[in-house]
Amino acid sequence: MKEIVVLSGKGGTGKTSIVASFAALAQSKVLADCDVDAADLHLLLKPNIKEEKEFWSGQVAFIDEEKCTECGLCQELCRFGAIKDFKVDPISCEGCGFCFQVCPVDAITMKDSMSGHSFISETKYGYLCHARLGIAQENSGKLVALVRQNAKLIAERENLDCIITDGPPGIGCPVISSLSGASLALLVTEPTLSGIHDLERVIGVCRHFGIPVLVCINKYDINQENTSEIERYCFNQGIEVISKIPFDNVVTEALIKRLPVVEYGGGRVSREMEKLWQVTARALS
Amino acid sequence: MNRITISVASGKGGTGKTLVATSLALSLSDNHKVQLLDCDAEEPNANILLHLAMNQSRPVHIPIPKVDETKCTYCGKCGEVCAYNAIAVLKEKVLVFPELCHGCGACSYLCPESAITEEGREVGVVERGESGNLELIQGKLNVGEAMAPPVIREVKKYINPANIGIIDVPPGTSCPVVEAVEGSDFCLLVTEPTPFGLNDLSLAVEVVRKLGISCGVVINRVGIEDEEVERYCHQEGIPILLKIPLDRKIALLYSKGIPLVEGVPRWREEFLRLFQDIKDIIAASRVGK
Repeated sequence: MKEIVVLSGKGGTGKTSIVASFAALAQSKVLADCDVDAADLHLLLKPNIKEEKEFWSGQVAFIDEEKCTECGLCQELCRFGAIKDFKVDPISCEGCGFCFQVCPVDAITMKDSMSGHSFISETKYGYLCHARLGIAQENSGKLVALVRQNAKLIAERENLDCIITDGPPGIGCPVISSLSGASLALLVTEPTLSGIHDLERVIGVCRHFGIPVLVCINKYDINQENTSEIERYCFNQGIEVISKIPFDNVVTEALIKRLPVVEYGGGRVSREMEKLWQVTARALS
Repeated sequence: MNRITISVASGKGGTGKTLVATSLALSLSDNHKVQLLDCDAEEPNANILLHLAMNQSRPVHIPIPKVDETKCTYCGKCGEVCAYNAIAVLKEKVLVFPELCHGCGACSYLCPESAITEEGREVGVVERGESGNLELIQGKLNVGEAMAPPVIREVKKYINPANIGIIDVPPGTSCPVVEAVEGSDFCLLVTEPTPFGLNDLSLAVEVVRKLGISCGVVINRVGIEDEEVERYCHQEGIPILLKIPLDRKIALLYSKGIPLVEGVPRWREEFLRLFQDIKDIIAASRVGK
């Protein structure tokens, strides 16, 4: 079983639109939405939730006012500025438990925190594993790992060929968690200077973790000069640019109709997406 | 009015946060001292538009434990207190996993033999540059590192109370966003009129409400009509403060790294009006309190 993760560094380059089209084009697969703090894939795939689980991860400190003698030691030692006026700000608390360990009167307890939900759903395109991180919560990396774990179990159980993962933007914790151990990363960029800058950084992360990469340039005709620059850069890095998708309002129209663009009848964009999936699938096999 | 700090956030990536943050900063810098704090440490892009010479750079370290094995008795206390499994005690060896360590300091403080000191591990850099009235501070997470919040915290230490501060926030709704938005007087949420834009806007609104910060919306790429975003804003009582049209010319300027207010100078007035509106909202809410 293979696993492809779609990443970009920069947000809004078209990851989710591409993954939704892959959902419609690929045969034997499970879909995973690893952008757990701003998941969008479900808006296009219209999942029927079959299983919902609470995601408990990490802890938050709690001070018992009655026991607290206001000695201030916890406040002084907390490096996250999470304790003010002998109260814990649960948003700033990183759950390290330092305060709990040092409190001389045992006024502090650590409480498990519910940081989100994970879902296993059925869609007309097959299974979708997704999640919702609680607002302002931590541990997105662990929730991403859980979503991938769910997808793996389903792929094994149903004997499916691949997992197609919609990744988060950036290069930090949730990206690293979506990426480790994947078979291939498809990097979606756009011909803007920010797109190029962010692509270089996400290539760096993939290299760091030894994941092979392919590149797709979305809205390539917005700036042909920058597109050539990306192609040159990738060529010099020994990375293949496997697709260039033209800018077309049809992508937004399909999105507003909540359909994968290849199902909306996206003309040249659809044709390019079909080619992109064929090349990606070949690279996976 | 005292100084103001405005954070520019979005939930969804690629909606135009950096475009708005840079154009707002440039418009204001004609007459004010302005600090732009690029807290999108995973992918800092503000200077791609501002082109400032970043002539100061400082590494960001997080403290990680260093064990003096001549003092260590392998009692196991450090491993027991570490919430992140970043330190483990074997029979006659202590293993430290630096990339799991959050730098809380519990292990070194609680070691009964005082065998643990702390050393800095570089996770990123903070860079600074300025031109005229505009100062840019940007955080940059090292490639391969997982945790942006320590870098964001360092960037925010540069906030100068005498100036107007504009914070470019990373996408999402989790810890880096909270770290970046916290403490600002107002949060400008940039969205686009699509189902993705709306979904992620509503998540971002929940974040700022949880933090108790008032907000307003900028709708970018207005054109292919989807009125859902506007309907949502009216319903929630969130003011729509600016609309930027879907325009190939604007996209082209951005792609070349040209700020909107420099490519199309008449937008300066719009951004100054936006700032005035934000000031009025903040003033009204302060009176309300």
